[in-house]
Amino acid sequence: MLEEFINRMERAETRDDLTELTFFLRDHYGIAHVIYHWVNSDGEQYGAGTYPVEWAKHYIDSGYLRTDPVVQGCFQRFHPVEWKRLDWSSKAARKMMEEAVQFGIGHQGYSIPLRGPAGQFALFTMNDTCDDAAWAAFTTENVRDLMLIAHYFNQKALTFEPDRGESVPPPLSPRESEALTYLALGYSRAQVAELISISEHTLRVYVESARFKLGAMNTTHAVARALSMGVIVV
Amino acid sequence: MIRYIYGDELLKHERLAQGMFRDRAEQFKRRQGWDVTVDTNGEERDDYDALNPLYVIWERPDGTHGGSMRFLPTVGQTMVNDHFLHLTEGVRIASPVIWECTRFCLAPGGGARVSAALMLAGGEIMRNFGIEHFVGVFDRRMVHIYRAIGASPEVLGTSGTGPDQISVGLWAFSESARRKVARQAGVSELISDHWFRRSFGGNSIELALSA
Repeated sequence: MLEEFINRMERAETRDDLTELTFFLRDHYGIAHVIYHWVNSDGEQYGAGTYPVEWAKHYIDSGYLRTDPVVQGCFQRFHPVEWKRLDWSSKAARKMMEEAVQFGIGHQGYSIPLRGPAGQFALFTMNDTCDDAAWAAFTTENVRDLMLIAHYFNQKALTFEPDRGESVPPPLSPRESEALTYLALGYSRAQVAELISISEHTLRVYVESARFKLGAMNTTHAVARALSMGVIVV
Repeated sequence: MIRYIYGDELLKHERLAQGMFRDRAEQFKRRQGWDVTVDTNGEERDDYDALNPLYVIWERPDGTHGGSMRFLPTVGQTMVNDHFLHLTEGVRIASPVIWECTRFCLAPGGGARVSAALMLAGGEIMRNFGIEHFVGVFDRRMVHIYRAIGASPEVLGTSGTGPDQISVGLWAFSESARRKVARQAGVSELISDHWFRRSFGGNSIELALSA
């Protein structure tokens, strides 16, 4: 399922395509909303998400970028942020949340801050109306995938920026290619580690690193992508 | 107690920050003889301190710095990728689920308990933020300290010998390792959880009781 997400992501060419992807992810996870919210150093912003357009308009018209505890709490940070842990005590923040709920936004949220070049800053947010226990279970189970998805979203969005050109994934090092090649040939992790004389643990990190460069969600997918992109040949 | 503080929040912890940068000068410049920059205030800083990293700091009961370490995401600029690719077989380690841990520092007199408390804090980061590994640079002196607290890294590569020996290592953190370093640190897991939640917000007592 997430591989389908990656494949669609790869084909995305416009911000509208990114919006469609947020709907895809929302349905996949069965949650209320998924939003990618992008802000540059001049305070310009755009969003790709499942929020009602009326809410997005209201948010912008009300200047909530400066009020929103999620934006304030994620700016200059790099750890995933649970909304409940933010400071919602101000009157303005509570008012914003009350209004948001009327537009169908849930009170549960989990946002992953993303940093880009030249002061670009983005948030990738999951949102729902469920109770605390269900939300904790959802985020705990999916945090790893969500971190990857958030970064892939940001990488894609950055390619839409003027003067950025197509972002080329950094080439794999010989060691990473070697590891993926043996995995593609059907060797187990233990066998590959032994073949290239590294520990299984080290292998795991090399594969993890290669996976991110290839834009893949898991090892099998990384191998498939490396093959289809011609990065490795078996 | 453990505090988790981003670079831009250090201003609110002036004494702790000053102690950390001075103890880093003491450890890395004077004791270990690394080629690092110490300013006129006797504080050691490098380019990575300017990237708004997350510091994990052991604060002593009197409010002074007892030990610390520094985290940055490997999807951004890191020391390992910038300077130590020859120790990772050329592999540029970059993933949202791997963070770099550097400048592991102990104040003079800081022992295994402080090291263990810092490691325990590293475990909280992994557990709470979906981080699977830490990667970092360390020298030979640290090998014994990590071993003593049962948190030896997997070594990816080493160069130099004797006191000049420097390695890139990799940490993972299991629940059993967590219990072990908690024991070593003399800190209960509940307290560790409380410190984490206090730094990152939220009602720690309620969450701790429901955990």
